[in-house]
Amino acid sequence: MSVPGGSGSSNHFTARLARRTASARTATTYWLGFAVVLALLIVAPLVLPEFWRRFVTEILIWGLLAMSSDILIGYTGMVSFGHSVFFGIGMYGAAAALLTVRPPNLWLALLYGLVAAGLVAVFVAYFSTRLRDIYFAITTLVFSQIFYVIIFTWTEVTGGENGLTFRQPPLAIPGVLSAAFTPVTLHWFVLGVVTLSYLLLRRVTQSPFGMVLQSIRENEPRTRAIGYHVERYKIVAVMLSGLVAGLAGVLYAIQNKFVAPDFVFFVVSGEVVIFNVMGGMGTLVGPVAGAAFFLLLREGLSRFWTEYYLIPVGIIFTLMVIWIPQGLLGFAKRRLNQ
Amino acid sequence: MAIPFDQILIQTVNGLVNGMILALVASGLTLIFGIMDVVNFAHGDLVMLGAFVGATTIAATGSFWLAFLVAALVIAVFGAALQASTLRPLLGRDPLTTILATFGISLVLQKYALWQWGPSARKIQEPITGQFAMFYLEYPWYRVATAFFAGAIIGAFWLFLKYGRYGIWIRATMQDRIMASAMGIPVPLVHTAVFAIGAAMAAASGVLFGPLGGVTQTMGFDFTLRAFIVVVVGGMGNLGGSILAAIFISLLEAYASIIVSPSQAVIVSFMALILTLLFRPTGLFVPTPK
Amino acid sequence: MLALENVHTYYGKSHILHGVSIEVGPGEVVGLLGRNGVGKSTTLKTIMGLVRPADGRVAFEGRGIGGMAPHRLAHLGIAYVPEDRRIFRLLTVLENLRTGLDRPGLTDRRREELLQKVYGSFPVLRERRDQAGGTLSGGEQQMLAIARAMMLEPKIILLDEPTEGLMPRMVSQIRDIIQVLHRDGVAILLVEQNVPLTLEASSRVYIMEKGVVRHHAPAAELRANQAVIHQYLGV
Repeated sequence: MSVPGGSGSSNHFTARLARRTASARTATTYWLGFAVVLALLIVAPLVLPEFWRRFVTEILIWGLLAMSSDILIGYTGMVSFGHSVFFGIGMYGAAAALLTVRPPNLWLALLYGLVAAGLVAVFVAYFSTRLRDIYFAITTLVFSQIFYVIIFTWTEVTGGENGLTFRQPPLAIPGVLSAAFTPVTLHWFVLGVVTLSYLLLRRVTQSPFGMVLQSIRENEPRTRAIGYHVERYKIVAVMLSGLVAGLAGVLYAIQNKFVAPDFVFFVVSGEVVIFNVMGGMGTLVGPVAGAAFFLLLREGLSRFWTEYYLIPVGIIFTLMVIWIPQGLLGFAKRRLNQ
Repeated sequence: MAIPFDQILIQTVNGLVNGMILALVASGLTLIFGIMDVVNFAHGDLVMLGAFVGATTIAATGSFWLAFLVAALVIAVFGAALQASTLRPLLGRDPLTTILATFGISLVLQKYALWQWGPSARKIQEPITGQFAMFYLEYPWYRVATAFFAGAIIGAFWLFLKYGRYGIWIRATMQDRIMASAMGIPVPLVHTAVFAIGAAMAAASGVLFGPLGGVTQTMGFDFTLRAFIVVVVGGMGNLGGSILAAIFISLLEAYASIIVSPSQAVIVSFMALILTLLFRPTGLFVPTPK
Repeated sequence: MLALENVHTYYGKSHILHGVSIEVGPGEVVGLLGRNGVGKSTTLKTIMGLVRPADGRVAFEGRGIGGMAPHRLAHLGIAYVPEDRRIFRLLTVLENLRTGLDRPGLTDRRREELLQKVYGSFPVLRERRDQAGGTLSGGEQQMLAIARAMMLEPKIILLDEPTEGLMPRMVSQIRDIIQVLHRDGVAILLVEQNVPLTLEASSRVYIMEKGVVRHHAPAAELRANQAVIHQYLGV
């Protein structure tokens, strides 16, 4: 079927052009969609009533947390049942900064929170290299429970069961401005942080590094056999995941001016896993959609079912795990990752 | 420094008692894992459901032993139905999926219990009241009876495995499920039966534990967590190992609670898990690591 | 009695069997020869339901059995002795036998009869009956694997390389067992690399190469003219 000379090579060229145009078209649609969503989120706090304004901001924060977990579950294939530990430590780190340093400083809170989450991530990273699958999952669970118990019982430092309250720091860029957050500007700040994190994570997952992570998820022994230092990649993945989760914790602390041990408890880790599965693992935006979906379901269903909303949600979740494991956005996985 | 002998004595017995109950729970969990590679995240919630069914039966009939039987039976049937409907389709899929599926089931079970029985805790009256003199201390009869009873159940099950006709089927399926099938053993049925047995053991533990710790919707999580630790420390799929590990872990916690508060004592178990995973990942009580 | 028609089997993406057709009549001993990796074991596994055929038909006594679970095939009368024996290492010899013996539909007396009969054919198993399967030597494990299959009173036994790794004395024991089974009317599909044994025991032989049956002839013909054997097996 090969045609000699010119027309043969022009067929080849046309095919390549067609492929590039197709992926360019996918990319354009993607960025278009991205821009639309971003615009909606920017406008949201201006048009929504107070309750829903906070709701959207919270979705963003939980979405960030879910994204961080996706790095591990969706891209590297490591299930973590202890993500609440990074979230909680980031939160308490920020609280520490906001309570000990006067006047309360936004950037210091971020720093403390990220450093604290980073230190914990080092621990977990070490274990990730030595344990697989279920053992890693249980260990992360146990880890978060250890921290839960410590925080819960070390009342003098952490406020124990009641947690800690503090003042919200102003948005301060030294020399330029210092203004207290309004709910609207706070929302934009959170949106900015989340968007930047998303773009960063997206860049990472599409880089060669990200490709190796995915190959680890698909076939770890083979990846190792090819010559990659699987351990190093896992460590970086855990650090990245932990830091972003800690960042989410800092944002949550700043928004709510309150931290409590509940956020380190297993339930949070469980919810994060639910966001990942329902939204679509390995897509980054999927988990954010999953978070939104879950929180909206909770909001809606608890009108009728009060605290039993988890029964239908739990059933939906289990059925999805069995029958629709790719999640809501899973069908678009390839598109979203281009 | 005065060594608190009576404390140590009491905690030793407490540790043994709790250990036997935990051993019963963990046996079911390790059995289920050993035979069908399912990590049952909802195992503790089966304990919880058993306790609630038991409490309801006692309230209706006043008989502890009837409640015990009813709970074990009801939860066994429930477990079989659960396995056949949701877990059987997952056979052969990656372990991640079964963990997530049983996690989802756990959520539903917890909230269902909340819906069915309400938020307040239930109490199960101990069937054997009174205390006896243990050396120079007083110790409740019921606790000791519990340990013996749990041990008896485990012992009976072990005998069944070793000498019963279907015990061979279970052991063969655990070792090599494919050849067991090739020998005519109905493996899917064995799987369901084993899950039902594991569930019954969990329910039994729940009823036994009832008088000791009360019955609440959230008690399941603690059991699941502890059972997992025991199963890992004892060697996954290793029945004898998990019994030893259960006693070991419970003793550790009991002794630790002399020094720190009970909610902090649990960290000791966590440490045991982490150390086991670091140094002897196949299990502390497994003869030789592979 | 047993027929494969144009069977294709895959392991994941690898196409192992490319349209294999084989027949075994009642009471026949049929040999399946071929080098390592040509798909002989996969053929047996496909029959026994351990792998699902992607295409083609597997029939036993006229009924299609493709996709049926192994335990149902065992009840229909097909027994399987795999390549690595795969006895239950942690069960005793007697318990290994009981996995086949304990099936429903037998009286206790019949069970005892079967047991004594197999002890007669394999005295060493009676000696070691309370020993764990894993403590037996390779040859003894092979005996146990075959004895275990016999407990099912099968109509056909799928034997996968029974003489692999065995000493000559054991090999002749295997030959004797095949004769006993044949005398009792049990059909055998014998996969082997041991050519002389196969030619001696079988009435017909198939030769496979790269997932296809390349040659099919009565054993007598191949005994007389071994050129074909040399061609495909290089021995």
